[in-house]
Amino acid sequence: MPLPYYVSPEQMMQDKAEYARKGIAKGRSIIALEYNDGILLAADNPSTSLHKVSEVYDRIAFAGAGKYSEFEHLRKAGIRHADLTGYMYSREDVSARTLSNAYSQSLGTAFSTDVKPLEVEILVVQVSANGQASEIYRISFDGSIVDEKNFAVIGGRSEAVQQYLREHATTQPATLKESLKRCLAALEQVAGQKIPSENLEVAVLDRTRVGRKFKRLSSIDISQLLT
Amino acid sequence: MKNSSFLPYHDGPSFFDFLNKHHPELTPCLNDMSGKRMTTSQEVSLSGIISSLPHGTTVLALKYQDGAIIAGDRRATEGFQIADRRIEKVFRIDDYSAMAIAGAAGPCIEMAKLFQTELEHYEKLEGVQLSCEGKANKLGQMVKANLPMVFQGLVVMPLYVGYDLKRKEGRIFKYDITGGRYEESDHHSIGSGGKDARNTMREHYRLGLPEDEAIRVGLLALYNAADEDVGTGGPDLVRGIYPTAKIVNQDGITDVPEERVRVLFETMIAQRRRT
Repeated sequence: MPLPYYVSPEQMMQDKAEYARKGIAKGRSIIALEYNDGILLAADNPSTSLHKVSEVYDRIAFAGAGKYSEFEHLRKAGIRHADLTGYMYSREDVSARTLSNAYSQSLGTAFSTDVKPLEVEILVVQVSANGQASEIYRISFDGSIVDEKNFAVIGGRSEAVQQYLREHATTQPATLKESLKRCLAALEQVAGQKIPSENLEVAVLDRTRVGRKFKRLSSIDISQLLT
Repeated sequence: MKNSSFLPYHDGPSFFDFLNKHHPELTPCLNDMSGKRMTTSQEVSLSGIISSLPHGTTVLALKYQDGAIIAGDRRATEGFQIADRRIEKVFRIDDYSAMAIAGAAGPCIEMAKLFQTELEHYEKLEGVQLSCEGKANKLGQMVKANLPMVFQGLVVMPLYVGYDLKRKEGRIFKYDITGGRYEESDHHSIGSGGKDARNTMREHYRLGLPEDEAIRVGLLALYNAADEDVGTGGPDLVRGIYPTAKIVNQDGITDVPEERVRVLFETMIAQRRRT
């Protein structure tokens, strides 16, 4: 029996990370940005039926960049996790922190044990209620998790978008209209072209809503906000 | 992708199936009881236990011009004792459906909660809501899954009301213990006082009732059922407990305010009072 070639663990991890990064870099960016009434999620997505942004629970939303089949699997697993927790305990016991930890553990295990790492980057956001701070978690393909403040960007060229948002940050949380315009400007500048409003996928976690806070904005809503 | 305990691998948009497969201990039906034959002494002691469990009684639904009304009394009984005077038997399930329950209160409430999660779960996974018909069928499957429990004496009977956005009408579905699903064209009532409530509705119901009148007929039917059936609770004027009702129409599910129910009952009582 021939011996398998020796590859140092360092080399193997590096190769996997590079592979995953390349896969993610091919995709477009998704932004999560806090505004005065909640959190805005905006993605450059020409498809109207294959969503990148989705509802998870009352105050929690999910966004995924990279390979569709892989983040879609994670999205569904997250909804099951949240619904199970809510059913077993209570609706208020479902938290973005627990969910992000589950994602982080799963992605971390997949990265170190599977031959092919997942080519995904995901966001788990939770809008604040009664005076607490909103939570934005960015989880990478290797399971590393970052607790972001005010805004977060995932997907290809996320750093350039982040840079733009940082430069154009406001001291006070802006209105939904202003925030959406800023997101669009950031995406357009990095893409180097105009993005028509029907190519935008926009959803909000609006804390003023009763019950489930997630709302997907229709193309009519979006074009109204952008005028 | 590997199956991890944090996020178990599962296919399909049904929360009920997910629970059955991965967390059978959380489903309302005690599946492991069904296979084993119980001894006679066990059966006798079990039937004693079950009659001492809280049971919900009369609930009803009727159509009106814009949708449907669903209502229920507030009493739960344990044999000949009153278990609860304020139990809530009419549940909002999602934006366009509500269900009411009769039978063993514990499993009933659990089924309503599971059905709520089921519909929300489907909507989130698939990105669209189930059709009204689809929701009614799903509830039928859940009733069917409860069949082993029925043999132990734990009957759960739902009455489902949904607003069909495609047909633009309210729809009423009743079930039997095998999960059989039957659509009612006008009105229906289940539970211990169901027959009495049905009699009243048959007398006072007509097609295209306005909302006010439909609520009045529903509450009158509950009042008459409470008059005839010991298990059904009437208006409790001393404690201020009144039956509850919900309106199901294209604007969603709306609770009928307690004040409105109280005024209607006071009128009914005034008409019947002997001076």
